Amino acid sequence: MTATAIRPGRVENDGEVKPRRGRKPVLTQRERRGLRLSRALVWPALAAAITITQIPFLVTIYYSFQQWNLLRPGDQKFVWFDNYATVLTNGAFLSSLLATVVIVGFSVLVSLVFGMVLALLLDRKFVGQGFARTLLITPFLMMPAAASLIWKWSMLDSNVGMVNWLFSLVGINPVAWNTDVPILTIIIVLTWQYTPFMMLILLAGLQSQPSDVLEAASVDGAGPIRTFFSMTLPHMRQYMELSILLGTILLLQVFDPIAIMTRGTGGTKTLSYLLYERAFVGLEIGEAAAYGVLTVILTIIVAMVALRSLFKIFKKEGMS
Amino acid sequence: MSTTMLLTTGRTTTRRTKPLRKRAGSVVLTFITWVLTVGMFFPIAWMVFTAFKTEKAAATSPPTFITQLTLDNFAAVFDRGFLVYLTNSFTASVVSTLIVMVLAIPAAYGLSVRPLVKSTDALFFFISTKFMPLAAIVIPIYLLLQNMGMLDNISALSILYVGMNLPLAIWMMRSFLSEVPGEIIEAAQVDGANFWTELVRIVMPIVAPGIAAAALICFIFAWNEYFLANLLTSTVARTTPPFLGSFVSGRGQFLAVLSAAATLAVLPVVIAGWIAQKRLVRGLAMGAIK
Repeated sequence: MTATAIRPGRVENDGEVKPRRGRKPVLTQRERRGLRLSRALVWPALAAAITITQIPFLVTIYYSFQQWNLLRPGDQKFVWFDNYATVLTNGAFLSSLLATVVIVGFSVLVSLVFGMVLALLLDRKFVGQGFARTLLITPFLMMPAAASLIWKWSMLDSNVGMVNWLFSLVGINPVAWNTDVPILTIIIVLTWQYTPFMMLILLAGLQSQPSDVLEAASVDGAGPIRTFFSMTLPHMRQYMELSILLGTILLLQVFDPIAIMTRGTGGTKTLSYLLYERAFVGLEIGEAAAYGVLTVILTIIVAMVALRSLFKIFKKEGMS
Repeated sequence: MSTTMLLTTGRTTTRRTKPLRKRAGSVVLTFITWVLTVGMFFPIAWMVFTAFKTEKAAATSPPTFITQLTLDNFAAVFDRGFLVYLTNSFTASVVSTLIVMVLAIPAAYGLSVRPLVKSTDALFFFISTKFMPLAAIVIPIYLLLQNMGMLDNISALSILYVGMNLPLAIWMMRSFLSEVPGEIIEAAQVDGANFWTELVRIVMPIVAPGIAAAALICFIFAWNEYFLANLLTSTVARTTPPFLGSFVSGRGQFLAVLSAAATLAVLPVVIAGWIAQKRLVRGLAMGAIK
């Protein structure tokens, strides 16, 4: 996306005003001074972001071409794509990719559905509406480490957990959540934490519906169900897209509940956890770096879709 | 809150003349809402309740609902040096948030109020760094800190949190700044206000609530961060999340003490989030939603 409009007033980066490439716009002295100033304003942040996040990533790429185990420091050598060949063929990567896709996919979709239900329910006037909303967003504010521990020991423990107690009331046999259904356990915790996130974005979408259009629909005799499917749902599409994409980006890095609840057992070894294990337990720096680079490539694919969608929304909301 | 209610748009009459069936439907929906709300909040409420129980009452099946309450668990948590971890968390969160805001406010200003050539490119570069998984950059950082003898150092952790939160803060601030009317700034420039006067006296007061919200969200993310803190700190600079993670020995009864520690650990962020909830969504959606 190239925005080449230069004015001291407002930015025009919709891509609509786009002087031909290679032709330098003529600037007045005042505009040139303004431009120099905005560069000076942006570069400290830019330098910080590059130093903290980009340079280490370049080093990670470099490491990924090395054979390097921390236990054998003398053995370090350049091996080109050997690490990639190893990690792509030893099966750990593929099963970890599968774990990541299953955990992230289910958590995002289930929390999207729950988030939508809660957003629809909250988008009405009722007694204690604000209070209900406050209570509902709290799971997202919970420190993930604390949430994982509370779910593991207080809610899902096979002996004293509340969930198994509720099950016993209706005659369902106790479940050993952490050991028997580890994937489901992780998905439950993540869904609980991310439902409020989805709900907040979707609720903002619902409340941005133009009320006159909805009124017109009801005057024309459309019932609530028809209004929902033919007006609300299409309007909500971009908000659902946004929440799916942001949720996916946040969850792709998921680490805390896996480290605390299952330690990667039973098909819950996501890419972040696998990398952590190879680098900091196995001390295989080169191999772990290769996992890291592959994770980034995957994330970039998702992020490209996300960015395009974000950009569309900005254009529509007229916020850029 | 919009005055149009989504599920009840068919209803244009006043409350008193509403058909009985619709009013009953509304009551049912409200009831369902509250059941779901209580269900979602229950684990947190139970955590707080358990924190005040004795260990014996905390680990019973069926669960104990009526019991003597005690503050012993909180005392036990502080006996384990909890204050040090809380202080470390607080230092890392506050220091990183301050640095982030010092960098992000001018940058967002340069990107929105005073546009730069290819400002969109710069914006998307910033946000792309947010998509970078921490796992992909942690190995060189770990080795570098190890060589410099800076593992287990709260300053090092704070600087990494700056990198983690900076893109989010810039996007959020840009979204708030883009709402400052251009005429106000132009008027100030015509009146001969220099740049700093313009920023501090005119723009900052208008976006102060936005700055507060952005700062709160950065604080929340830094306070809750586990992955980096767990890897890069051990005893001196250990923050609350990895302390909680290593808390459970697996032997003996610990549920009540764990609940007390978790309650204390989540309290600052939950309160901050409740205060900022109106603006939370915009920050979380990186400014994509008003």
